[in-house]
Amino acid sequence: MTPALAALVILLPFAAGTVGLLTGRLAPGLARPLAVLPTALSAALAVVLAVRIGSGQADFAAPLTPTGGWSAGRDMPISLAFHLDGLATLTAVLVGVVATCVQIYSTSYLRDDPRYRSYAAVVSFFTSAMLLVVLTGDLVVLMVGWEVMGICSYLLIGHHWEKRDARSASLKAFLVTKLGDVPFLFGLFLLAFDAGTFRIDGVLTAAVNGRIDHPTLAALLLLAGAVGKSAQFPLHTWLPDAMAGPTPVSALIHAATMVAAGIYLIARLHPVFLASGAALLVLAVLAAITMIGSALCALAQDDVKRVLAYSTVGQLGYMAGALACGDRDAAAFHLLTHGAFKALLFLSAGVLIHAAGTNSLAAMSRIRGLRHRAPDAFWCLTIGLLALAGIPPFSGFFSKDAVLAAAEHATSGTFHAPPTGDVTGLVVPAAAGWTVLLSGLLTALLTAAYATRLWLLAAGSPTPTLTLAAGADSGADSRPQPVENSADPQLTAHQPTHQPAHQPAHQEAADAAHEPPAQRWPLWALAVPSFALGLAGLNTHWLPALLDQVGLRPATTTAVPSLACAVLGVLAGWGAARARPGADPGRTLLGPLHAPAVRGFYVDAAYSLMFVRPVLGAARLARFLDADVVETYVRGTAATTRGAGAAVRRAQTGNIQTYLGVLLAGAVVIGILVVV
Amino acid sequence: MSPTVLSVLLALLPAVPLAGSLAALSPRTTPRRLGPAATGLTLLLAIAVAAGYDYGRHGLQGQTDASWIPSLGVRFHLGVDGISLPLLVLTALLTFLCAVHAERRPPHGPGARPRTGLLLVLEAGMIGTFAAQDLILFFLAFEFVLIPMYLLIARWGDDGAPVAGRHPAKEALRAPPGPAQGAANRFLLYTLLGSVLMLVGFLLVGLHAGTFDMPALAARHGAGLGHGTQLAAALLIGIGLAVKAPMWPLHSWLPDAHTAAPTIGSVLLAGVLLKMGTYGLVRILVPEVPYGTRQLAPYLAAFGVVGILWGALVCLDMVRRRAADLKRIIAYSSIGHMGFVLLGIATLTPAGLNGALFANIGHGLITGLLFFLVGAVKERYGSADLAVLEDGSDAGAALYRRAPRLGGLLALGAIAGLGLPGLAGFWGELLALLGSFHADPALGHRTTYLVLMALGGLGTLLTAGYLLLMVRRVCMGPPAVPPVARHHPSEEALRAPNSPEPAAEPGIPDASRFELGVWAPLVALTAVAGLWPAVLLRLTDPAVTALLGPR
Repeated sequence: MTPALAALVILLPFAAGTVGLLTGRLAPGLARPLAVLPTALSAALAVVLAVRIGSGQADFAAPLTPTGGWSAGRDMPISLAFHLDGLATLTAVLVGVVATCVQIYSTSYLRDDPRYRSYAAVVSFFTSAMLLVVLTGDLVVLMVGWEVMGICSYLLIGHHWEKRDARSASLKAFLVTKLGDVPFLFGLFLLAFDAGTFRIDGVLTAAVNGRIDHPTLAALLLLAGAVGKSAQFPLHTWLPDAMAGPTPVSALIHAATMVAAGIYLIARLHPVFLASGAALLVLAVLAAITMIGSALCALAQDDVKRVLAYSTVGQLGYMAGALACGDRDAAAFHLLTHGAFKALLFLSAGVLIHAAGTNSLAAMSRIRGLRHRAPDAFWCLTIGLLALAGIPPFSGFFSKDAVLAAAEHATSGTFHAPPTGDVTGLVVPAAAGWTVLLSGLLTALLTAAYATRLWLLAAGSPTPTLTLAAGADSGADSRPQPVENSADPQLTAHQPTHQPAHQPAHQEAADAAHEPPAQRWPLWALAVPSFALGLAGLNTHWLPALLDQVGLRPATTTAVPSLACAVLGVLAGWGAARARPGADPGRTLLGPLHAPAVRGFYVDAAYSLMFVRPVLGAARLARFLDADVVETYVRGTAATTRGAGAAVRRAQTGNIQTYLGVLLAGAVVIGILVVV
Repeated sequence: MSPTVLSVLLALLPAVPLAGSLAALSPRTTPRRLGPAATGLTLLLAIAVAAGYDYGRHGLQGQTDASWIPSLGVRFHLGVDGISLPLLVLTALLTFLCAVHAERRPPHGPGARPRTGLLLVLEAGMIGTFAAQDLILFFLAFEFVLIPMYLLIARWGDDGAPVAGRHPAKEALRAPPGPAQGAANRFLLYTLLGSVLMLVGFLLVGLHAGTFDMPALAARHGAGLGHGTQLAAALLIGIGLAVKAPMWPLHSWLPDAHTAAPTIGSVLLAGVLLKMGTYGLVRILVPEVPYGTRQLAPYLAAFGVVGILWGALVCLDMVRRRAADLKRIIAYSSIGHMGFVLLGIATLTPAGLNGALFANIGHGLITGLLFFLVGAVKERYGSADLAVLEDGSDAGAALYRRAPRLGGLLALGAIAGLGLPGLAGFWGELLALLGSFHADPALGHRTTYLVLMALGGLGTLLTAGYLLLMVRRVCMGPPAVPPVARHHPSEEALRAPNSPEPAAEPGIPDASRFELGVWAPLVALTAVAGLWPAVLLRLTDPAVTALLGPR
């Protein structure tokens, strides 16, 4: 029963995607129900699964295929296995719920898109692949879901392939994550080699019993893949560019799928990481750099979606930090709350972008009364930002505090032990704790500041007027912008994604169209957990009962400083806006850091210098060698043959005297050789 | 199914196309029907063989073993096992699809009769290669393939002519042997040179061991052959087969041949002919001269990995140039993909060999599909050159919009080609890399193989890079601009395209039902092999274990 349930959770969206792609043209009316219903059913079944599993653990396996292994008779089969526990089932619920909200929202958001059908199918595949990663009990099968997600994100980010930035961003997303996936694959090989199996339960047992011979190397290789997927420094650069995709896709990628996968993977294989203090320290340092850097970048961005993208990078840094401090539950808790409030933020931002007709915060701040044109989105955005900034009693406060509490624990060398078996060999370096704690507090301040800035700019001006910027009276039409040949990619990125479909005369109708029910209800459905999910950690019988039954209540030692940081951040953002009315508070706060922060601290330029250019140079060289050098010896062979032929031909003069002369000379030479 | 029936079916498998090719000589037959009928019958026979194959039993099945040239000890020995069965079915399927395709979309060249006849001769040779269990018989079948393929490239090949009738004067001025003739010559000479070496190697093995019988030689695992003999034989046979595979740096016949060949030629060349080389390595080199193979394996692995990187880098540079032939890009990508097959074989592990055999089939399906698709693009545009497709815009040909089904399938083919899990390209690469993670300890060189594995991984990244860049240039592109705006990109024109349907632009017909029907089996099998790899691995795994012998 349980394995069938888990299989259905994965297969329902997969089947929906397949059927959607195959039958789309025959039955266009079927596209919407086919997108929403199987995903919703899958989410419901995930809830049932979570309740059935509870805090227990279950493993099921059926053979998928033999591989032959490394020597005859010692096969390393790949199995269709499930490894189910609270972490897996709760993440599956998150994925299902967010995907359902996104699918419902998309029915309205992309309702006039000619490519809605394939879009919905790819979202279904995406959901299915993430659920596969979450529920599977086999490393190779996990890799399958992992990479399928990569290609789905490529297809979805490139949905508006008419735009140059979407084309580039889709390619970049795939290649940057793939750059991490190659070492990740080798990490899986190493784990499987040491543990003697591809099954996750076998690997975990081996890790807890100290049978992984190279834990640091394995953990670092796995980390490369996780860092790529979860957009941590230094492989984070694909995520902000991924904003070129439709907004619901951003919500899906940022909240529940793709970026969550990296964090989930580290949590899943946590004992492997705990076996290596060095790997944990590396993880902590990367998390710290990611958190602070991304928060600074978020403060400087003008595109509202890019602000949110950088904030995702930073919040994932918190989760990575919690894992570096040995607390899987805190990371899972933050993953859940962040999934809810980040999906909420993106979806409400999408409505606001529609209403404003622009992505640009600077342009939005000039539109008066934006909040009245989309009141539900405004309130949901506010709830989401409060959760992001970590203001109690919103969910973000509790989960962020759980992370900081874990870091505070780790500074004294203690950590919440994982439930599986003996942990005597596992240590968390105190340095990791300090790194995460200090950077976490600083990031809390910065996060509150950019959340305040975003709120003030996007929805800050309360006066309802109808004086709108020309062309800003957008409807909900999501057809891509036709402007292609714009010379400046920066400019293209800032242009409204959605072109006008309504005339100003139909302003009333347009206003109503800003928040159709299919967009409004998913918002409120996500607003509830964004507000309340944090409270679920208060009682050990609630949320922790589904995890490792460790309390997730805020601790005074960290809650007070973190709340102080948040309040300070809000005040800073607000103060900067008051100090220079009309100016961007981000610019005021960042000062000289603003210019580099806008460009993401030139990480892209570094990549271009270190990877892209050498590879392209090597490609030119290879082609030159192939065309001119390898060819040369082929032609040389032909020329030699021809030359030899000519030489032999020359000997055949037809002159009997010459032949006899040569014959005689030869006989003499042979005679001499024989005699001597 | 009784073993006798299986033997009869297997013996009929090469006989049917051979008889068909003879029938094509008779003026009474209609070649339009003969081609699909004969290849279709062969496909049915191949499916029957697969159905009658006893999956629980290891070793050769359906054997026909008759004395043929007693003075030389050469026997007419056919048989099938888990290694050759998938290749036989793939060959029959691809040839059938090519025959059907060629009747509807005949390539330019002499009539249908010689083309049908040659295609059937080609099929008989390919099937014979995979079914032969005697070294000399294998060699004959291997050589049998050359002439029809040579003629297909030379006579039906594409001389790089621009869109018909554009430069008649230039056409007339061109020297008689055009690029297709040159490519065909090179293909023939290159492969013949390799074959001669291979024949010497076979004779060396056969005369020293006293038999040319492949199962007997494989069962001995090199017993009775001196180390020097094994090394020499492995080198000679290895080079002969490596030319066919093709292994870097013996690959330079391949891009020209693929580019010049007609669609059906490219499909069979990439889909089947290359596999004859790697199949030979697995079938002959690994079990029959194990000592020699072990000595050469690290070099084979290194050349394979160089091929992976080389193919990917050359493709990457081509796809970034303004003008680049799509067929040439796919051809070079084959060098990279076959590099994984070579790497897998060279690990001498069950996983690596399984991976090599899986990658053989996967590459046959995917690259076959890609050549069909590129052929369809070429038919529509009159050229497969990226510059022609893009037609002056520097942003892409926007096939997704102009021909959504064709564009979507091309993207699917590229995604399968980059080794996406869940499609057929993945498992071969995975297992080849897995094998090289811990290559046969008898080889030594653990570090070398680890480095090669890492470089192979880098190769997958580069492969993804150029294939997605190709998709970007072919499938993606600027939005449809109404004809007026094309010349006057005014403010008004930029805001105009509100209508859901883009204004008319030079029409490109989307994939027709017929084309979809031809491609569908390849797409379906790519997905099936990707989602259920056991379909192939359950077949190959026991056979591979037997090949490697006791260690």
